[in-house]
Amino acid sequence: MDRRKSIKALVVGTLSTGVLIEACKTDDKKQPDQAQPATADAVTRMPEEQVADKELREEKFFTSGELATITVLGDIIIPRDEVSGSASDAKVTEFIEFMANDKPEFRTPLRGGLRWLDLQCLNRYEKQFRDLDEKQQLEMVDEIAYPAKAKPEFKQGVAFFTLMRNLTMSGFYTTEMGVKDIGYLGNRPNQWNGVPEDVLKQYNVAYSEKELKECVSFDKTA
Amino acid sequence: MGDLQIKKQTKKYDAVIVGSGAGGGMAAYVLAGAGLKVCLLEAGSMFDPATNSSQLKNPWESPRRGARTKYRPFGDFDGAYHGWEIDGEPYIKAEGTKWDWFRARMVGGRTNHWGRISLRFGPKDFKRKSIDGLGDDWPIGYEDVKPYYDKIDRLIGVFGSNEGLPNDPDGIFLPPPRPRLHELFIKKAATGVGVPVIPSRLSILTKQINKDRGACFFCAQCGRSCKVYGDFSSSSVLVKPALATGNVDLITNAMAREVLTGKDGLATGVSYIDKTDLQEYQVYGKTVILAASTCETARLLLNSKSDRHPNGLANESDVVGKYLHDSTGAGMGAIIPTLFDRKRYNEDGVGGLHVYTPWWLDNKKLDFPRGYHIEYGGGMGMPMYGFNWGIEDINGKFLVHGKQKEAGGYGKSLKEDNRYFYGARIGMAGRGESVARRDNYCEIDPTTVDRYGIPVLRFHVKHSEYEFAQARHMKQTFQEIFHSMGAVVTHGNKDSAANDWGLDNPGNVIHEAGTVRMGSDPKTSALNKWNQAHDCRNLFCVDGSSFVSQADKNITWTILALSMRASEHIVEEMKKQNI
Repeated sequence: MDRRKSIKALVVGTLSTGVLIEACKTDDKKQPDQAQPATADAVTRMPEEQVADKELREEKFFTSGELATITVLGDIIIPRDEVSGSASDAKVTEFIEFMANDKPEFRTPLRGGLRWLDLQCLNRYEKQFRDLDEKQQLEMVDEIAYPAKAKPEFKQGVAFFTLMRNLTMSGFYTTEMGVKDIGYLGNRPNQWNGVPEDVLKQYNVAYSEKELKECVSFDKTA
Repeated sequence: MGDLQIKKQTKKYDAVIVGSGAGGGMAAYVLAGAGLKVCLLEAGSMFDPATNSSQLKNPWESPRRGARTKYRPFGDFDGAYHGWEIDGEPYIKAEGTKWDWFRARMVGGRTNHWGRISLRFGPKDFKRKSIDGLGDDWPIGYEDVKPYYDKIDRLIGVFGSNEGLPNDPDGIFLPPPRPRLHELFIKKAATGVGVPVIPSRLSILTKQINKDRGACFFCAQCGRSCKVYGDFSSSSVLVKPALATGNVDLITNAMAREVLTGKDGLATGVSYIDKTDLQEYQVYGKTVILAASTCETARLLLNSKSDRHPNGLANESDVVGKYLHDSTGAGMGAIIPTLFDRKRYNEDGVGGLHVYTPWWLDNKKLDFPRGYHIEYGGGMGMPMYGFNWGIEDINGKFLVHGKQKEAGGYGKSLKEDNRYFYGARIGMAGRGESVARRDNYCEIDPTTVDRYGIPVLRFHVKHSEYEFAQARHMKQTFQEIFHSMGAVVTHGNKDSAANDWGLDNPGNVIHEAGTVRMGSDPKTSALNKWNQAHDCRNLFCVDGSSFVSQADKNITWTILALSMRASEHIVEEMKKQNI
């Protein structure tokens, strides 16, 4: 039995969940149909984790207004482009809402930062941030999006926007859309044959004879 | 709670084993395989990677995208239940000292998530006092352990390469995986500055070794535990086949309270609380084998006081709890500009490093006594919580597609930056030997008990100048390698006495050992060379507690070898009716 088939046989033979089988399917359309449905999340979670996660999912910390502003900021940070969608397309607001429950240390910086931002906007434009027009929103964001050149009086805003940028990136690039955008191609059964030839050439590196001899390799035609 | 009473098992086992990790799992495997009747107590719940692993889940299947929680300190998909903090199970640190204590509560223990780095100790590692005058020699040498290393290489499977190094012995290796791109860069750079880089040695099956376990399929997720048993965890490779013999009764959620002893001072069994019904139980055996983890084993012994053992069991020498030591750990991160905008391909490989650096220098020429090895990380990994966190510290420092940008930013430009920098970060971590010292210890806290009423541990551990000097050397080495490959250091290069020279807290590397050390002299050691208590001949400790010193090698492979060796000895002694 060749290795590729043996991986499949193992997968089908050993597992009580359908997770691996589902992962294989993306690679191979000839996979038999007897795949069992994916088991519920519960089997990988301790009971106390399940209770805690349920509470975290249900808890509402932010007001609807705060969530609306988080969404506007998220789409400024990660807008739609020719490669992928926006933060709101990837439901980043829901992610940040969950994280503020999961890591309560984010609550005060986020709530206070949102309030800081709205006060700046009220003073400058007599409107809160989310009610500004797009040009005004970007004027305001430009004051706090560049840590090295921001004016001293905007440093608190810089800290808030930096946290929003980082959380938005975490929320976006960990979705199916974001993973595809960044080009991560792993998380599937495969056979590691080393760095592709063209990449070795590009960087002017090569495997030594010792490595080629001693390391595991797989027949690429299998 | 109803009326509290102690429920006594009528069945008498040949052996009661506490703990199902590397040491306890191996003991159960050997004893059950020899036909002995075993009761295996595990403080945590049942765990079988085939069913319970989060392997191949995508980041979006975690609401926190894989971020850590107190239940999963290594991330939401990690294979270990619990870790640094367990509700109702406190531990105390003496004022001015540091100790991080990782406790996985599950069948297989920490072996479900560990790095699978499987290094043999070398001949020098058993005789350090003879070399540098510090600590103590082991009562055994490499030649005593080698046959067992050979056996576990074959039984469990480990990949690597035979290099003929004097203190990093050759083994019976499966073929290693080819280096990843950044690992080729590291190898070239490190070798150029005199630091050797060789294939790593991990207990991962690059080829199938038996019908019960699948081969690695290169998802890089060993930390989640492997559904096809393509890597070593005690749960899948030892406990499961031990149970299949029919000779083992596994009792999960059984938190051991005390080792019971008779009037003659010998061990008779173990008392435990069942965490599910909160009732007290006693189970009896001809021999008691402790593998509850280095510190839990010491705690059990110290809590097992009797008229015959007023200082705790196996503790006439007063060394139980002493000589506690962990690997040293220090790291540094960098980014490689030549890898910006790199071509995408599946670079997962095995779970962890494909190459590493074994200790390569002579301590006689250095200002610290023991060595370290270097682990390398990097590559195009799965985006998880924290992805490119802190990009504002990076994207103003490098040209992006030839353009200088202002640090921070947002929008399409930020998306471009994320793509551009992906897969260009690398990290190095040193893992070194600290010197085991009597004044680094744990003891029973005089006033504190856990939720089950069991007195808890209080730790007194501090790094010494030896470890600080070693950490400074690690950092110089990392900088030199990074510099040589044109990488730009991003973190871990601003150390001083204020942050212990970048050393991780003791305990944080999770290689703790030494609390019930073996030795030839019953006055200065708790166990003899068979992991057998000097003052209680039917009591054995087969986890990291028995270690005299721990080398700059991760200790699991040696725990397994010593547990197998002790367990075979137990079988022989039982046949001779000496136990």
